[in-house]
Amino acid sequence: MSRYTPPEQSKAGQVFDIVVVVVAIFVALWLPLKLGLAGAAKSIDALDAKTWEALGQNPTMAAIWEKLGYTPETAHDVIQNRFHYVIDWPTLIIMAAVLIGYFVFLFRASDREYRDVINEKFDDK
Amino acid sequence: MTAAVETAQTTTIHGDRVSLLRVLGPAHVWALGVGIVLVGEFTGWNFSADKGGTLAALIVCWVVGLLYTSVAMIDSEVTSTVAAAGGQYAQAKHIVGPLMAFNVALFLVFAYTMLEVSDAILLGQTIVAKAGIPDMSYNSFIAATIVVLAWLNYRGVLMTLNVNFVITAIAYVSIVILFFSVSPWTQGAVLKLNELVTPGNALPYGWIGVIAAFQFGIWYYLGIEGTTQAAEEVRSPARSLPYGTMAGMITLLIAAAMTWYVCASLMPWEYLGITPYPLWDAGKLTGSPLLENLLFIATLLAALASANGCINDAARAWFSLGRDRYLPSWFSAVHPKYRTPYRSILFLLPIALAFAFIADLNQAITFSILSGVLQYTFMSINIMMFRKKWPLGTIRRGYTHPFHPLPAIVLFCLCVVTFFAIFLGFGSQLSAMVAFYFLISLWFHFYRYKFVRRGDQFTMPWPKPQGY
Repeated sequence: MSRYTPPEQSKAGQVFDIVVVVVAIFVALWLPLKLGLAGAAKSIDALDAKTWEALGQNPTMAAIWEKLGYTPETAHDVIQNRFHYVIDWPTLIIMAAVLIGYFVFLFRASDREYRDVINEKFDDK
Repeated sequence: MTAAVETAQTTTIHGDRVSLLRVLGPAHVWALGVGIVLVGEFTGWNFSADKGGTLAALIVCWVVGLLYTSVAMIDSEVTSTVAAAGGQYAQAKHIVGPLMAFNVALFLVFAYTMLEVSDAILLGQTIVAKAGIPDMSYNSFIAATIVVLAWLNYRGVLMTLNVNFVITAIAYVSIVILFFSVSPWTQGAVLKLNELVTPGNALPYGWIGVIAAFQFGIWYYLGIEGTTQAAEEVRSPARSLPYGTMAGMITLLIAAAMTWYVCASLMPWEYLGITPYPLWDAGKLTGSPLLENLLFIATLLAALASANGCINDAARAWFSLGRDRYLPSWFSAVHPKYRTPYRSILFLLPIALAFAFIADLNQAITFSILSGVLQYTFMSINIMMFRKKWPLGTIRRGYTHPFHPLPAIVLFCLCVVTFFAIFLGFGSQLSAMVAFYFLISLWFHFYRYKFVRRGDQFTMPWPKPQGY
């Protein structure tokens, strides 16, 4: 197999590639944060009666909350802020398909590149 | 130890061949691994209580400990054989192929950069909470932390890891002191586990909450695999890397168990699940000013040690990408005086700052966990391919892990569970992260790869892999 000689990349090309990577990082990771799409999917189950008993706290727990500086009113939003685990099957299936597709692409494309590497490395000897 | 395994690759600076310095021993490897991870006891693991309750946090502490034991076993074998800067990146390059290596390096960079971001946020929030000044911003503390640690890394790896060794040891000892100060063998005096974890609240969401808790259970140990990043700077990789990694894992398992027991016995699960600094709070709740101040200082030190190690590891992974021309070769420069990958350190600095200023602690932690789990998924498949392409006896291994393929299967299954756990509550972040890796992979495969030299990717003195 003939030895592959890659093109030399100009300085402008290197700068362009760096910009592409930085933009990809910020679009994919920073944008969801900025748009409020990331983070825990929780919501508050509000209670009318804001007492330690209504919040499900026994005397030991209540004493600790008070030591931490909370009252039943201020602790309400902390205690009642809950996850609601409902499995949205279509979303789950799409997500699983994307993950599997990503890994399949990774391994298949990597293998094609790897064969070039091995052929060049070992055919040189 | 073969000479080839110890071979460090070099970079040309002004016509001189310059390589990373081989100055580290097993203690530095331990400090790098535990230093990065120990902050997980000081913050982050407790968010698993938020997702599943206090008992779920304990269950995932053990089960995820099994995941990481598998990671450490697998990593020790592959790294002691493929000892090159970049760690898992170099492994992927030799075993799977360039595109996988490119992705693995990005997993490493983002796992460590987001971990560094989390550390800086924790440090800022802890200082602001201690100051007790309303409306005080923690951004200046975040900026100072990231910039000063980047400068330390710029100046040299030996100094960086010597600092890490000392501050990690102090932070670890503080957990041990806290544990023995609260009479762990007696319930009722200080610890009140029976009254705080009751049959009614131990698993508030049932078993689905236990699965959901896997997400932050990862945080107990995330980063231990970072020991391999120092492969080119360790004097004896075949001895130091497995020894340092395994010792680190044992250290962390003990710390995680002690941390859970003390925290679960001192605060209600709803509070434990949201506090940014559970061990400092535990110190406060003992009523001892000495313990409170000790845990305050230890929280800061753990965050510093972790961020310090993360900058070290992320920069080395980025440096490796530049050296192999997967990214512009400009990044592959080694500082002529300090012998550090200084351009990579400087490039990642503003990215860390940007995310530290906008992300919440649990968002930054989730980004880091996601990259980590993608990497562990790769590792479970990688070891299978490694054993298949070079069966035992065909190449010299520094360490051979037992029970193969059981650790790989366990690791893969636990990764699948963790992906599902992240979907439960943080699904949109999972989508964003995978979309990013997918797009950047297309960019690499169809465009960037043309700048990569083919045969030069394979630097190990091994025979041709079986099946090729």
